[in-house]
Amino acid sequence: MGHGSMHQSASAARTDQPLLSLRNINMTFGGVKALKNVTFEVRPGEVHCLAGENGSGKSTLIKVITGVYRPAEGAIIEYDGDVYPHMSPVTAQERGIQVIWQDLALFPEMSVAENIAFHEVLGRPRLVDYSRMRQIAIEALSRLGITLDVDLPLKEYAIAQRQIVAIARALVGEAKVVFMDEPTASLTQSETDYLLEIVRGLSASGVAVVFVSHRLAEVLEISSRITVLRDGALVGVYPADGMTQSKITELMTGKTFDQHVRARAKDDQPVVLDVRGLGSPGQFEDVSLTVRRGETVGITGLLGAGRTELALALFGMLKPTSGTFSIDGREARFASNRDAIKAGVAYLSEDRLSLGLIQPQSIADNLVIASLHKILSGGLLADDRKRSLVARWIADLGVKIGHQADAISTLSGGNQQRVAIAKWLATDPKLLILDSPTVGVDVGARAGIFDIVAKLAESGLAIILISDEVPEVYFNADRVLHMAQGRIVGIYDPHQTRLEEIEAAVYA
Amino acid sequence: MHSLIRTHATEFSLLGVIVVISAVLSFATANFLSLGNAFDLLNISSVNIIFAVGLLVVLIAGGIDISFAVAASVVQYGTAIALGWIGGGGWLSGFVIAASLGVLLGCVNALLIHRFRIISIVATIATFNIYFGLLMFFTRGVSIYDLPDWLTDRVILFEREMPDGTWIEITLPVLVMIICVVATWTLITRTTIGRQLFAFGDNPEGARRFGINIGAMQFIAFGWLGLMAGIGGLVQAHYAQEVVPNALYGRELDVLAAVVLGGARLGGGKGTVLGCVLGVLLISITQNGLNLMGVSPFAFKMIIGAIILIAITLSNTRLERLLPFAGWKGTRR
Amino acid sequence: MTAVFERIKATLGPEMAGPGLAFVAVFVVFGFASPQFLSSATFGSVAFQLPELGLLTLAMLLPILTGGLNLAITFTANLAGLTLAWVLKANGGVDAGFGIFLVGSLLAVMVGAASGVVMGLVIAFTRAHPILVSLSMMIFLRGLGEFLTRGGDISGFPSFVGVIGHGSVAGIPVPLIVFIVCVLAWHLLLGRTKLGFNTYMIGSNLEATRYSGINTRKAIVLVYTLSGIMCAIAGIIMLARFNSVRVGHGESYLLITVLACFLGGVNPFGGFGRVIPVFVALVVLQLLSSGLNLIGANQHLATAVWGILLVGVMILRWVASKIKFSIVRRGS
Repeated sequence: MGHGSMHQSASAARTDQPLLSLRNINMTFGGVKALKNVTFEVRPGEVHCLAGENGSGKSTLIKVITGVYRPAEGAIIEYDGDVYPHMSPVTAQERGIQVIWQDLALFPEMSVAENIAFHEVLGRPRLVDYSRMRQIAIEALSRLGITLDVDLPLKEYAIAQRQIVAIARALVGEAKVVFMDEPTASLTQSETDYLLEIVRGLSASGVAVVFVSHRLAEVLEISSRITVLRDGALVGVYPADGMTQSKITELMTGKTFDQHVRARAKDDQPVVLDVRGLGSPGQFEDVSLTVRRGETVGITGLLGAGRTELALALFGMLKPTSGTFSIDGREARFASNRDAIKAGVAYLSEDRLSLGLIQPQSIADNLVIASLHKILSGGLLADDRKRSLVARWIADLGVKIGHQADAISTLSGGNQQRVAIAKWLATDPKLLILDSPTVGVDVGARAGIFDIVAKLAESGLAIILISDEVPEVYFNADRVLHMAQGRIVGIYDPHQTRLEEIEAAVYA
Repeated sequence: MHSLIRTHATEFSLLGVIVVISAVLSFATANFLSLGNAFDLLNISSVNIIFAVGLLVVLIAGGIDISFAVAASVVQYGTAIALGWIGGGGWLSGFVIAASLGVLLGCVNALLIHRFRIISIVATIATFNIYFGLLMFFTRGVSIYDLPDWLTDRVILFEREMPDGTWIEITLPVLVMIICVVATWTLITRTTIGRQLFAFGDNPEGARRFGINIGAMQFIAFGWLGLMAGIGGLVQAHYAQEVVPNALYGRELDVLAAVVLGGARLGGGKGTVLGCVLGVLLISITQNGLNLMGVSPFAFKMIIGAIILIAITLSNTRLERLLPFAGWKGTRR
Repeated sequence: MTAVFERIKATLGPEMAGPGLAFVAVFVVFGFASPQFLSSATFGSVAFQLPELGLLTLAMLLPILTGGLNLAITFTANLAGLTLAWVLKANGGVDAGFGIFLVGSLLAVMVGAASGVVMGLVIAFTRAHPILVSLSMMIFLRGLGEFLTRGGDISGFPSFVGVIGHGSVAGIPVPLIVFIVCVLAWHLLLGRTKLGFNTYMIGSNLEATRYSGINTRKAIVLVYTLSGIMCAIAGIIMLARFNSVRVGHGESYLLITVLACFLGGVNPFGGFGRVIPVFVALVVLQLLSSGLNLIGANQHLATAVWGILLVGVMILRWVASKIKFSIVRRGS
């Protein structure tokens, strides 16, 4: 982090007259209020951060600004001198509002050039000028200091490069304000630095940048103002000068961080998981760690560090090419996750919505899916056994539900996650791997989840807790492992090291 | 050059297969490797190629349509009757009527798919049955032989006698086919509308975020196929010199097979005109070759079906996927 | 009173509304349109014709539930029937014994299963689109069948075959008994077995199901194999009913099986749908077919009617989902 503390936050706004001003923004989805009377303002050339937890309404707000969503009646959008009741994607793009979406919204089958210069195929029907598109693409990429073969289809490139293409696309054309939704996800440190340079450059040339990011260190480094949203409502707008990461977190979550370190030494306990030199090329390398009975080992690091890949290897869904690991002393050679489950490993996916749970199906079905053999009677699934198994776990984990037969999508994020945990507990695991278990979970519900985790540890379950958020692992694990670029680069004892030190190492 | 081959793998392999099969056939049979035979093949394949480039557009946009062959029959009939009303007409009025009817039928599909959110396979199975049932009901299965002369007279655009006494000729269907192929190629590679179709098929949500008109995409795609179906129907009537209501029945499967062989995929966003044409030619050559070798015509379908099954399997497989361990090399997403 | 109503609603399930209403509608319309409709002759013909359509629908149901489609059902049935026919003809023809019939039936079932296994393997392991895979299998099987029969009919079977096709036991036609047994088997499979459970989960989200430790590839292969076996049973019944086998027989059923599934409340994208409502939908469609016959409707017109009905059912589902959505919105 060469720019470090010497660097002042991005240049202050040119004028105080807002470029974009939103008032009275309300947005409802099927009964849930995603945005409640939100106001938001961006000045020309400023770097403005939009901060908030998952589900706070940040993405929804961006979709309203860029015209993908239409807010409720009464909304006022003032942009560059004009007033709109709502935006449309075409107007937004024509008037200089650009977006880099979190899911990138790219077209993998089309060439890099076409993706970057995509606006060239919009508008009135006309012939395509490919050489112009190639030109635009090459220029945009060179501005970012990257060279790619722009004629190859985008699908030939890895996700980090696709992200750069998305950024390049947003920089084409006369942008006045660029929205970036978690742009540094999947970028390496040097790529992130590059991006921050670009952001500074844009700001210096008068283009406003609205930055949505979880990485509070980056946010503080680069923005001049921070707007905090919580549960769809505006908490406040604060100057970055004088702000600290913990203050922002406090505002985002609504709680002061009065958490205490739960870490305890468990060296007298038998080893459940013993990993030796595990490696998978391009994903992680030479990983060795142990987890004992009742121990919670936390793994943190930037995205792309290989944490999830490691977890999947332990769960039998990814075959490592080097090294070994054993469960309870028996060497593990899993051909599939079924073998892993039989050996006592359980994995809670970080993507609850599309991989962790089956949203349209019932709570009961989601809960029993991994332990069907437990509810058999005479070879057939028995309704009564299923009902009592489900009821038991619902009660045990304190899940608030209507009926067992309701679709799991009707539950809140926190309750859904409890059912997901119950699903895995029902398999009688020895090792439970939780991958970013609080993503998309309301702040208030998170403490509840970690209470469950603590109770599980107490009962002897070995736990691996993976999280983006350093405080989460710091306050809930017995040991903290820092992974970067596929390797374990640091091992910390929460009692010996301060949170800020670990955070500094992670975001360094 | 290397990247050119990489991005056009399907077309190159198709070309390769065609060359190999042609080589084999030219040794195995007496008549295959003659220009006369080659031009014959071209003439015969024209109608299928016209259908194929129409279907290609729909596949690129992420949909599927199995009603177009029957729709072509309906257009044939309708055009014949309309021409009778206007007292014969000519090529211009013939094409205008056939094109309009075809587009209309295609738009019916688009309406069902876009407005009522019916998935395209189900919608077109339904329209297939509706069109065919109504056609057979109203025509009572009776063919029309009494077509205007301009329609049934053979139009030979170019012909030459070969030294061995056979003739090579290029007929009107081939010209129409070339026009349709070039038009489709222009649409999908040279116009912004065409690129939007690719984008829409590739990532519909992404297209929506850019403000691309989803309804327009559906109507253009299915409308284009309808247009090709109408034109193809008229050309087929010209070639056969009669309108038989169930002459094109079942053609949709052959055409779909050819288009898929040519590299288009059901998920959308992918496909080329060249691949399409090569796919049709490959099937025509195979059938022609089998015919010349004296293989029973009943065996054709079986062989074609097997070829497609194998082609689909191969094109969707990368060898490491077949191994019990699908490791995740590279990116996760 | 509402408690009883709730109980009935729970047992029948939400999918029953559609076919239930349709049932009433058909009765009313055709009851008025033709005096002979409400007669034992009508129901008799339904009882005999329903099984082959019904068995094919059962074959279509399973793949749809997994989010796929099996377009090859009619030709798989034909080929299975051909297998049985060949065994019979090769072992005495008209004089073949019942034992030969059983052996032939077994082989027919294996042929159906084989077709299903191939499709299932390709779909499960290459992630190719089920529509394409079953379409190419359909083309291949049709070609194979036409090649083997030169497009003609195969006939000349022992007399007991006719008894199977047209006979009754205790007043119930034999084919119908077979069909009802299969319906019950499917009901049991879907409601009470691990495979049935997995089928629904896979239909809703294949990847998430895989992440939960389910062997999704095995399940898909099994689903298409069972589908193929059901096609084979349909093929055997068709042979018995018509005392002959022709490749292409039953081709027009394809649309109707899809229609019956959707009318019976099956979700077109998979994940939801039960056997009993589909059964009711089948009865409705068969009654409709008989009704159309009675009022002298032309066979081709009937084809068009099926198409219009399919569109109608899908539009009604769309309307219903819009109403449901606005109720949810208003309620919160």
